[in-house]
Amino acid sequence: MISRIAQERMWFATFRIAALTVLLFLFAFLLILSLKGARVINWEFLTQSPREGMTEGGIFPAILGTLYLSLGAVLLAFPVGVMTAIYLTFYAPRNPLTQAIRVSISNLAGTPSIVFGLFGLALFVKTFGFGVSILSGVLTLGLLVLPIVIRASEEALRAVPQEFIEASYALGATKLQTIRSVVLPAASGGILTGVILSLARAAGETAPILFTAASFYTTELPKSPFDETLALPFHIFALMTEGTAPEAHTRIAFGATLVLLALVLSLNLVAIIQRYRLQRGKRW
Amino acid sequence: MEWALGLVALSCVIALACILLFLFKEGEGIIGIVGLGDFFFGKSWSPTSEPPSFGILPLIWGSLMVTAGALAFSIPMGLALAIYIAEVAPTKVRDLLKPAVEILAGIPSVVFGFFGMVISGPLLQILFDIPTGLCALNASFLLGLMALPTIVSISEDALSAIPRTFEEASLALGATHWQTIRHVLLPAASSGIICSFILGMGRAIGETMTVLMVAGNAPIFATSYLEPIRTLTATIALEMGETVKGSPHYRALFAIGAVLFLMNLFFNVVAERMREGFKERFR
Repeated sequence: MISRIAQERMWFATFRIAALTVLLFLFAFLLILSLKGARVINWEFLTQSPREGMTEGGIFPAILGTLYLSLGAVLLAFPVGVMTAIYLTFYAPRNPLTQAIRVSISNLAGTPSIVFGLFGLALFVKTFGFGVSILSGVLTLGLLVLPIVIRASEEALRAVPQEFIEASYALGATKLQTIRSVVLPAASGGILTGVILSLARAAGETAPILFTAASFYTTELPKSPFDETLALPFHIFALMTEGTAPEAHTRIAFGATLVLLALVLSLNLVAIIQRYRLQRGKRW
Repeated sequence: MEWALGLVALSCVIALACILLFLFKEGEGIIGIVGLGDFFFGKSWSPTSEPPSFGILPLIWGSLMVTAGALAFSIPMGLALAIYIAEVAPTKVRDLLKPAVEILAGIPSVVFGFFGMVISGPLLQILFDIPTGLCALNASFLLGLMALPTIVSISEDALSAIPRTFEEASLALGATHWQTIRHVLLPAASSGIICSFILGMGRAIGETMTVLMVAGNAPIFATSYLEPIRTLTATIALEMGETVKGSPHYRALFAIGAVLFLMNLFFNVVAERMREGFKERFR
């Protein structure tokens, strides 16, 4: 029989190894993709359109398309999400309807992204007749990131100390004035974190835009919200699966992957640092 | 104002109801064409052959296989990491590990898929001497990595939420730190931890791009993890583009979407119940 001290050492060592393995893997994963991608990326790659059947040139239209899609989605989800969070935090009575709202949010958050794609196809592309377009993609992605905005905003609103709110009431402010002038400014940092995270999520999603917004063979930049567009994540997928020149396409996909990773992970990093700072340096 | 905010808040309910409505409206027709039994238990998925057959059993098999594979890897790994972060790691290590897990969660699924095609696929091919590295094992490994952050962060939250007094009481009785974790903290946090497994499972079943790119996409009843498989999600992504609106094939794909949606609904309700139970205990 092993002594209980030895047992503890053994288990803790196992955990340490597990943690180290994950850290090392993550490091290797990012390093390999960065090194391979960095060889491809240059100024031309970032600013030019694809040429010669996607075997030459750059990925500028895909970068632009991803910016349109993700910014549009967040612009849409932001007001709806923050207002929902305000309602849930300050107004919602304890009743079945509020319960239904909460259940819906958590279900929306867990719904597989391909199901959002199907929904976008049926409603926005076909029923509303928007076609495969930036608009359809933005609406679909906006719905996908809505739960993220709501959850982050609600958490931020709840973190505002009760004393702030009571002090505002004591000065004669109404509930609405209190929310607008006291609660929202105090919670803005936390809400911003949610916005950045949802931007990163929208930029990285592929499945929802497969049938709603993305195309592979357009070489022109989109001119209106009703045009289809290239997008970074879809571009990587299409290069790897529809490519006719595997070697040249894989090379470009390495570059596109690094650009996408840099975009998404830097947004994530900003959000993480922001949250960390909020937790450490509370002003109250 | 309160009314206006309430109406906006209702948009989530409406959105969810619309998703359900459209999936069923577009998908229900297939049941009339092939019958409920043949849809769920039909052994062959070949929608473009003549006559077509729309049995999703091989796809369900594929989804279950990669999900089980992903969990076999991510549950022990995730639990180890959660315990390490919550109880064992020094503050400095914890401040490195937690952001690392969040970064892992932030990596887009298409990047995992790409990695699987160009790095881990060829590696597996050499390692196991198989014709292609695009197989269930590759998909399971990557899905496991993607489910890992969910399991780690929710389990860690559950462990950290247990009142300090539990731990102190156990230590005061002479138990070692590990005995305390094993016999006090883990049982107390069990419902939160199981909740994390369920949500991780949901993440793995619903994931599309990674399996689409690395699982090989053969709709067969694979018996080994070294064979290619096809999941429910990948089938929708793969075939939707070629279908005509209203055709049996189009309807069948929406019906698969409805199946995925209902699965998620079920997991969510179970997970929510467990979390409520957990909150009640430590109020």
